[in-house]
Amino acid sequence: MNDFWIMLVGALVASSCSVLGCFLIVRKMTLIGDAISHSVLPGIVLAFLITGTRDSVPMLIGAAALGLLTVFLIQLFQSSGVQSDAAIGIVFTSLFATGIVLVSLYTQQIDFDLEHVLYGEIAYTPWNTMTIGGIEAGPKAVWIVGACFILNLFLLFLFFKQFKLVSFDPALAAAMGIPVLLFHYLLMSLISLTTVASFDSVGSILVVGMLIIPAATAYLLSDRLSGMIVVSIVVGVLSSVTGYYSATIMDASISGCMVGSAAILFGLTFLFSPNHGLVSRFLKRRKSKVMQS
Amino acid sequence: MEVALKVENLTIAYHKKPVVEEVSFEVPEGNLIGIIGPNGAGKSTLIKGILELIPKISGEITIKGSTYKSMRKSIGYVPQRESVDWDFPTNALDVVMMGRYGHLGWLKRPGKAERLKAMECLDKVGMVDYANRQISQLSGGQQQRIFLARALAQEADIYFMDEPFVGVDAATEKAIIQLLMELKEKGKTVLVVHHDLSTVKEYFDWTMLLNKKVMKIGPTEEVFIPEYLQETYGGRLAILSDTKSGLLLK
Repeated sequence: MNDFWIMLVGALVASSCSVLGCFLIVRKMTLIGDAISHSVLPGIVLAFLITGTRDSVPMLIGAAALGLLTVFLIQLFQSSGVQSDAAIGIVFTSLFATGIVLVSLYTQQIDFDLEHVLYGEIAYTPWNTMTIGGIEAGPKAVWIVGACFILNLFLLFLFFKQFKLVSFDPALAAAMGIPVLLFHYLLMSLISLTTVASFDSVGSILVVGMLIIPAATAYLLSDRLSGMIVVSIVVGVLSSVTGYYSATIMDASISGCMVGSAAILFGLTFLFSPNHGLVSRFLKRRKSKVMQS
Repeated sequence: MEVALKVENLTIAYHKKPVVEEVSFEVPEGNLIGIIGPNGAGKSTLIKGILELIPKISGEITIKGSTYKSMRKSIGYVPQRESVDWDFPTNALDVVMMGRYGHLGWLKRPGKAERLKAMECLDKVGMVDYANRQISQLSGGQQQRIFLARALAQEADIYFMDEPFVGVDAATEKAIIQLLMELKEKGKTVLVVHHDLSTVKEYFDWTMLLNKKVMKIGPTEEVFIPEYLQETYGGRLAILSDTKSGLLLK
């Protein structure tokens, strides 16, 4: 049963990250995902320091606030003339550093495991269970990440046309009266929430992998945005299942193996994708050369 | 004739440097208007300012006597082709359907009616056969036609087009101008940012000469004369009149 719970948590993390990752990929903003996943650290620490518990709700709020602050600061710097990638680099490393300093300052008083936040420990999630009305309801992580996944899917489905147009042609969206900035911040809030909801299982650093890799794989396999989202979920789930089994076989880090599997799937797609793959492009080119001669 | 668009005292600046300065003009309904001027004259900026895509410092915009916000649905916009990512995972039909999003409200999803409308618009630009084609596989001219079809799907009364003839083949240019003239015949107003001086007289019945300020606006035969062009382009026009567009000033 524990196997099942771990794979379920992994699959839910991968899916909720992937659907958001698709929008980061098509908007060419994957670095923002990287930035947010790092800069939520001070939010988590602050929430922990203020409330004194490792309760999920304050942490989610703290992290979401820091995620939005990150996006806001990046935009502020960009609009005042700092290069876009430099702005991202400055903001997230500064906030991440603040988080590390905070952890080291208060590490005496409180039991806060930095390594846990950074790398996660999905293997323990089955034992951290939840009871609803006296009934054992399964691992807490399943509920938190599951709720996150449903929220992401629900909002993206509800406002799919807005998210799509804002990504493809923000100028037309704005001319039509669609609040471009609102949807930008909505997406960023979802990314912050998802990152924090997932940090228990894969850690805040490996979340980046799940945000970007399955979506990048799906980008190579589909030529419609809706199809890309479905494929990214499939790839995400596949990565966590194969990752879990390879971790058990090798007796290695589960979260590491899950993201590693995602990377291998990306590599295979990069080589063999029917339209964009290196091998198929090579074959096509050779075929047309043969036909010419 | 009714006034389709009225702009009063519009000033737009990037980083405190004014790009469009105290521009005021009126455009009567049912005209095809070319906006011309040297590079950096603020042609695109003017359009973006009118559409509130970039913040303005001052200025009042009225569309058919009402505020811009209340008239959004009757405005069509064709951004520069390079402003979007043509590797975006979508097909031609889907892009044209985006033209209907402004009419759908917050929650309604595009459905059969929107698909039919989009196919009709694709037909008008001669692109029905490419409806399911991934947009990255289209040529520059075809992509521009898709953008035009999307604007048609907006079913607007006033259209703003930013350099629709850039990087398109001769056949597409002809097809586009044909469509714009048809729109004009139907009483629509079309404003086009344009840079090829040799076609101004042939394409537009009104012309706006812009160089940060509106130098002149009016019927092309009254405005498009050497004196005013010299004023708008300054010394740079001399180079132009030596080349193929030398004919244009006669």
